[in-house]
Order: sequence, then C-alpha cells, then structure tokens
Amino acid sequence: MIEKTVKIVNKAGLHTRPAATIVKLAAKYKSDFFIYRDGMSINGKSIIGVMTLAADIGSELKLTFDGPDEQQACEEISAYFERGFDEL
Amino acid sequence: MKSFREIYKNADNKVTGIAAAPGIVIGKAFLFSKEKLEINKTPIVNADEAINNFQEALKQSKKELNKIFGFAREKMDGVRAAIFEAQLMILDDPILLEHIRERIRNEMVQPEFVVADEISKYQELMIISHESYMKERAHDIEDIKQRIIRNLQKKRWQSKIEKNLIVVSESLTPADTLLFSRREALAFVTDHGGLTSHAAIISRSLNLPAVVGTQKATQLIKDGEQIVVDGFHGYVITNPTEVQLEFFREKQERLLILQKGLEELKNLPAKTLDGKEINIEANVDVSGEIDLVLTTGANGIGLYRTEQILNELGSFPDEKEQTEIYSKLASRMYPKILTIRAYDIGGDKFRINEYREPNPFLGLRGIRFLLENENLFKAQIRAVLKASENKNVKFMIPMITTLEEIWRSIKLIQECKSELRKEKIKFDNQMKIGIMVEVPSAAVMAKEFSDEIDFVSIGTNDLIQYLMAVDRGNDQVSNLYQEFSPVVIRTIAHIVREAKKGKVPVSICGEMAADTLAIPLLVGLGLDSLSMSPATILNAKRIIRSFDFKKAKILANECLLCKTEIDIQKKVQKFFEDNNISRTRNII
Repeated sequence: MIEKTVKIVNKAGLHTRPAATIVKLAAKYKSDFFIYRDGMSINGKSIIGVMTLAADIGSELKLTFDGPDEQQACEEISAYFERGFDEL
Repeated sequence: MKSFREIYKNADNKVTGIAAAPGIVIGKAFLFSKEKLEINKTPIVNADEAINNFQEALKQSKKELNKIFGFAREKMDGVRAAIFEAQLMILDDPILLEHIRERIRNEMVQPEFVVADEISKYQELMIISHESYMKERAHDIEDIKQRIIRNLQKKRWQSKIEKNLIVVSESLTPADTLLFSRREALAFVTDHGGLTSHAAIISRSLNLPAVVGTQKATQLIKDGEQIVVDGFHGYVITNPTEVQLEFFREKQERLLILQKGLEELKNLPAKTLDGKEINIEANVDVSGEIDLVLTTGANGIGLYRTEQILNELGSFPDEKEQTEIYSKLASRMYPKILTIRAYDIGGDKFRINEYREPNPFLGLRGIRFLLENENLFKAQIRAVLKASENKNVKFMIPMITTLEEIWRSIKLIQECKSELRKEKIKFDNQMKIGIMVEVPSAAVMAKEFSDEIDFVSIGTNDLIQYLMAVDRGNDQVSNLYQEFSPVVIRTIAHIVREAKKGKVPVSICGEMAADTLAIPLLVGLGLDSLSMSPATILNAKRIIRSFDFKKAKILANECLLCKTEIDIQKKVQKFFEDNNISRTRNII
C-alpha cells in the first residue's frame, strides 16, 4: 500500500468537475483508492463520496492506494492534484 | 382604467416576489413538487426482484438524464451542459450502487427506502459543511435521489404535465426549467431564487414571464387554480376576481398592441427626430439570450458577463472551453460586435471560498482579482483573442481603479498576443480594449485612463453604489441609491466630456440605460451607445425616436444645474410630457 499527502492548490478547491475527473482516473486502475480528510475516509472510486469532500485551497488530504497497479495510480492521481486540477 | 397600484393595493389574493422576467400571463397553475413521493419501509419477499427493479429504475433515470443532457447541449453551450455529467456519474457509482444492493438483500426492505436512506447520508455530510456551494451540491443530489425513487415507483411526471401551464415550484433545477420549457410552460413562479437563478435566466432567454423568490407561492397557490403572473411588477394573483381578470386581460391586449408596434422598430435605427443615431446594444448573461438579441435588432452585445459561466459551471472553464463559448457567440453575432467583459468576480458575485472578506465590495474583485490570478486571466485573454479572429470582438476590463491596473492588463494582453503569434494561431491584432468606469477614482481620472484604451463603458449600478456609498440591496439605505442624483448625472457628464477629449467612445451598460425615464437625459449628456437587457431594447428605440437630440442636450444642461434628485426627476418627467412621449408603465 502507498500513502501520499497532497495539497489543494487551485483557487476553487475540490469542486464537482475535479471530483468527477478524479473518479474517472481512479476507475482505470484495479487498486483500491481512498481519500482521508478530518478522520473520514472516502472511497475515491465513488463520485458521490468524493463530492462530500469540501476541500478548499490549502487543505491537505491523505491518499492511499492498494493493489497491483498502486504505483501508477498514485502517480497519475497525485499529479492531477499537484497540477491544481489543471486550473492554475 | 385602474392603475396597477390600485389593483395591488387592496388585493388580498396577491403573492409578492421578485420580477425576474417581464410579461403578463393568465393561466392554470401547475404545482410542481418533488417532495410528494412517499417512501415506506415496506418489507419485501424477493430480493432479486427488488434489485431488478432497482436496476431498471437506474436505467430509466439514465435515459432521462441523457435526454436532458441533450436538450441542455442544444440550449446551452456544451461546456455548461456538463453540470449534468456528475449527476449521470452518480448513476454509475460502483460503491454507492453495490452498497444499496447489499442493504436490500440484508434488510429485505423496499429499494426506495434504501436509496433515500443512503443518498441522504451523503447529503447530510454536505449540508453540515459551512460552504454555501456544498448546500447547492446537496440540492443537486436531491434531484438524482428523487429521480431514482420516482422511477422505482414507476411514476413519470413528464407525461402528466399538460402543455401551457404556469409552473409553480419551490425552486427549479436547470433540468426542470429546460424540460418545462419543452412542454411550452407559460410562466414560472418559484419560492426561492433571485434574478440570477436558473429559472430567472432561462425565462428571460425564452421570453417567458417569471416571478421568483416569493417565499411561499407553493403554499398559497393551489394546483390547477387560475392565476395571473405579472412579471413586470413581481406579483402573482391567485383565483382572480372578475374585476382583476378584466384588468389584466386589458393589460395583455395593450401589451400585445405595444409589442406589435415595437416590432416595427426592429429594423429601424435608434435615431432621434433630428437625426442623431444612438448605438443600442444588448447585455447578455447566457448564450440562450442571443436569439432574443438578434430579434430586437440590437447592433451588438455591449456587455457579455463571463462570470455567469462560473455560476453555471460552478468552476472555472479552461482556455479551450472558453474559446469554444466565445467563438460560438462571436460567430453567431457576426458581423455585429461582441463585447466580452473579463470575469467580474467578487462583491456580490461569485465568491471564491478561500477567504471571507469583511467588505467584499471594497475587496478583491474585478481586475484586482484577475491580476492576483494571472494564469486564470491569461487563459481568458487567450480565449478572447482566439475568438476575435473575425474582428468582431472587443474586450472590456471591470473595476479599473488605477492607471497601473490598465498598464498591467495591457502588458498581459501583449504577452498573450506574442504567445499566440509563436503558436501561429490567428487573432485580431487590433482588437479593441476598453475599461468599465464604475469606481469614482476611474470617473475622476477618465481622461488619463481613456488615453490608454479604445473605449469606455460606464457601469452605473456599481458607480452609483460607490458614489453614494450605499448598498442597493440593503433596504434600510437603498433609498440613497439615486439614479437621478445630481452627483450621478454630473459624474456621468464628466466621464463623457473627459473621454471625448481623447476621442474615445463612451457607452453605458448599467441598469440605468434600460430605465426609460433616463434615456433622453443620457442621450443629452452625449453618450454614444446604450447597452441594456434585450427585452427593453425595442422600447428604448421607441423613446429615442420620439425626441430631438437638441432638446435632450438642453435638458441635460438644465439637469446639470439641479441640486437635488427630485428637481432632476421633475425636469425629466416634464420633458416626457412636453414631447408627448409615453412611458411603458403608463401604456400597459
């Protein structure tokens, strides 16, 4: 299992559109993917789950990946966070 | 003939709201309520059958949403229609769906109970968040929840809706509004929402009357009863008396005659009796309004508010999405001019949730926000430049307060131009750049500022608020928001005079331009063009075509000597009487 902490860097935060993209990215991989925030864990493959996260700019989230393709999944998804969901 | 005031004064059957889209309609109310679905925790005997029903309901919901997605693409831009994408994805959410199926099996209760219970849990999580956009998100999800449950109960509200009804609802989602417009709804009445709610925007774009924000329309109006919707004044009359019906029927007839008369003006220029032509343009929020703009014979779009895209999308569109929206608009308007205003974010518009400003109207808004977020600004500039290929696009910058802001903006535009040149992308190198004058400092410095740019547009809404130091939304002080205050008139006169020293054209795009009473005075003050909501354009043409520019100039000069708002109003009213010009409110 891989753990990675990411920071929200875009102005608008984790709004509906990036939420949808994250879920779409996660769906490509076999590995389990969870997002942790304030003691809550959200399954990253669930759009309705990811939509409950109100993550503003500056907030930190812990991501975990577990499975055969965890490395690639972690790279692609955390890169998307780091690019500020392509909104920078 | 009674006046509106007399009719409304003693009416105990009126519902008061916000006039969101003009027009008068008499018709049957359709009380659209999504909360009526009853959910029972009824036990089941066959889990497989229940799960099958659930799958069927999902399939049907997907079919419906895809259809709405289709209408949306037709009516809105492809990008904006993406609001529905997340909703569609929920219908495929593997975690949610598996959990629901598991609970149906384990608990042996009706699927609609499990669906309601599961989805509500997520909504509660959203509602406890302090962010206002999370509450809207919970509302969007309500739409999906109700859709699945309705399909589980095999109810189809679409088929039950007759044509030609007035839709009365607590609030309307974009999906509802679009669907109802397809069923030839006559008008919309809602409990919630303001001038920028979806129901309001879409009503205006479809030219249907709407009264929004009534708080209690759904409690006061009964399904199937006859009601009158007055989208001019923001009232709904329930169960009208004979006297009231007669009154409104006559108003409708007059309105029809007025509109017919106005239609003849469509292809005529807005020229004063002595031949001075005023350029009339339209203010546009959504691209759906373009049809209306084209049918009123406007010379172009004087103000396209791009922040409206954010309101609909809930996020910033990227450069490609913006290019698509702007280019489509520019080509539909061609060869008429499209004036795109850079995002005016902040103040009362689209808040960025990162930091709550104690004083947003004096805070990071308009150009201040854009210069703090250069990449975002540059993406917009590049998209606007790309859309300018056919040379009918102008670009306008909001909330300019200092010369430095103009310089920095122009530098960024130059940077974008050289990037595009390197990328061999075509654009209009001469694209006109203008500023909004809506802050007192810009009004004072109008000469120096206009030396740097190609055109000036006065935003009266903000200018008046800042000049009078008054929030027009605050009932306790809104009487100080005075369009005809000598302060306002003298400031506008100063801006026009100063900008004209450098031969820079001046237009006005605030609500004042649409105030029929203000038009002769504004023309007399020397404004070259007026930009207003499409619905008011024909009427503005009618007024401009009924007086002499010479006389309007005399009126303006007289008003510039007045010391109080009342004095100016009296002079203007007298001008209307002396020149035999009737005002809309008197006609209908």
